[in-house]
Amino acid sequence: MKLNREEVLHIARLARLGLTDAEINRLREQLSDILENFEALQQVDTSNVPPTAQSIPLQNVTRGDEVADSLPQSQVLANAPRKDGEYFRVRAVLE
Amino acid sequence: MITHQLTIHEAHRLLKARQLSSVELTKACLERIQEVEPKIHALVTITNELALSQAKKADQLITGGDIHPLTGIPVIIKDNMCTKGIPTTCSSRMLQNFVPPYDATVVEKLNNCGAVIIGKANMDEFAMGSSTEHSAFFPTHNPWDPSRVPGGSSGGSAVAVATGEAVYALGSDTGGSIRQPAGFCSVVGLKPTYGRVSRYGLVAFASSLDQIGPLTKDVTDCAIVLNAIAGYDNRDSTSVPYPTPDYTQCLTTDLKGLNIGVPKEYFVTGMQAEVETALRAAISKLEQLGARVDWEVSLPHTPYALAVYYIIAPSEASANLARYDGVKYGFSYQDTDSIWEALEKTRQFGFGDEVKRRIMLGTYALSAGYYDAYYLKAQKVRTLIRQEFDQAFSKFDALITPTSPTVPFKIGEKVDDPLQMYLSDVCTLPINIAGLPAISMPAGFGNGLPIGMQLIGKPFGEETILRVAYAYEQATEWHKRKPPI
Repeated sequence: MKLNREEVLHIARLARLGLTDAEINRLREQLSDILENFEALQQVDTSNVPPTAQSIPLQNVTRGDEVADSLPQSQVLANAPRKDGEYFRVRAVLE
Repeated sequence: MITHQLTIHEAHRLLKARQLSSVELTKACLERIQEVEPKIHALVTITNELALSQAKKADQLITGGDIHPLTGIPVIIKDNMCTKGIPTTCSSRMLQNFVPPYDATVVEKLNNCGAVIIGKANMDEFAMGSSTEHSAFFPTHNPWDPSRVPGGSSGGSAVAVATGEAVYALGSDTGGSIRQPAGFCSVVGLKPTYGRVSRYGLVAFASSLDQIGPLTKDVTDCAIVLNAIAGYDNRDSTSVPYPTPDYTQCLTTDLKGLNIGVPKEYFVTGMQAEVETALRAAISKLEQLGARVDWEVSLPHTPYALAVYYIIAPSEASANLARYDGVKYGFSYQDTDSIWEALEKTRQFGFGDEVKRRIMLGTYALSAGYYDAYYLKAQKVRTLIRQEFDQAFSKFDALITPTSPTVPFKIGEKVDDPLQMYLSDVCTLPINIAGLPAISMPAGFGNGLPIGMQLIGKPFGEETILRVAYAYEQATEWHKRKPPI
């Protein structure tokens, strides 16, 4: 399973991850090697085996719908790279 | 008595008898940090002032007769657990300036015991790695041989405990990140059962695998710390509402009646001879202590665990790390008007190589056309791995394996070869896949380098593995050796 350059760029785009040319080439090699190694998994017979998402016997955990304190706005905004008054500031999504 | 070498239970006895104050103990650790930190680089943040003020408060509590086993004892927290008002970086440029507005549940619990937080430990970026070389800031060095890695990702935590920068530390373990560095640094490290310790406030890496646990100088300390951090928390929906026993009550030196299995698949090709020799000697010691040992247990799906792990963990990571978009917190690329360019460059410059590799791997495994072949297939093999362990635990009380197939490797040796690095966790990651508890403890040395032994328990069977670990520790001297630094 050798990845080509377009496939690497496609995955990077899905992940919104900017990459340099050197990174694209290196990741192409490394991901191809790793995925090739994972081919071994296809040998395992998993017919009629259900998937496991997590290992504990809990399902549909909910909590009571109770009012509780939230963090104060000033603390929520304290780490924001850009803010505008009471808001997080973001760039225009629609141009 | 060398103050910085004290265990929790030794320091507690002295504090209680008023032969030592928390301020004295804290100053001894801070001095030790000054002495060794330039050689080992275990810490990202040192919280001198906070530590001394917490130590003074602890001394007041002790004077008032209000003392918990952790009151006044200095601890170092891995830098992926939120500490209110103290930077929590995950050793990443992405979170270099992030100051959490709240404490992780485990930090809150330690603070309620009167703990003294002395610093935050270096780690592989976002806990992805096995050597602490993937820290965006600097690599941590192994105190037994500074040209070698301390293991990872909780390498800073393990080194801090091994050198006495703190009396104990917290780490997190997604595929071996507590146990493998514990083994490489000759300290005790426990990964509790998934769901035993709250993950609230732990920066998420792979949510179905992550678990917080203690790194300590001996097994008694491990039980004491587990007592303090275990238990149900309604802020973590995967926290399990089972009662928490007193883990110090199971520490006995007699192993009569216990059945221990040795899964042969863990003695893999590529295992170093000195590791195998040390492990066989350790297992014979357990037989002498009364345990019945079956040397021929087979867990045939073990060889597939590496692929299962390196599909599931990066898949979950790629989803969890999607939150780093430079909007609410963290590094943010500013020099553009385009929202898409800002996103891509924030992540390009904010993440290091290994994190990018895992995001790419996980995104690929989850993407249209590959989901069934990779992610779903891995989840199905995960079921088989768990079933195999369940069957083994119908016959055995504990399983025993090496913690890692090798002694600590050289800094730089594997950092450019991801697959070789991944193999370093080959003995630990099946345990996360199955959600089981496991402890690594000192079991010998090869050419002066630490060798760790891993004891694996059934779900919520921490007491049994602590009991075996304690009996072995009391019958051996490995844990008393200190690194030459």
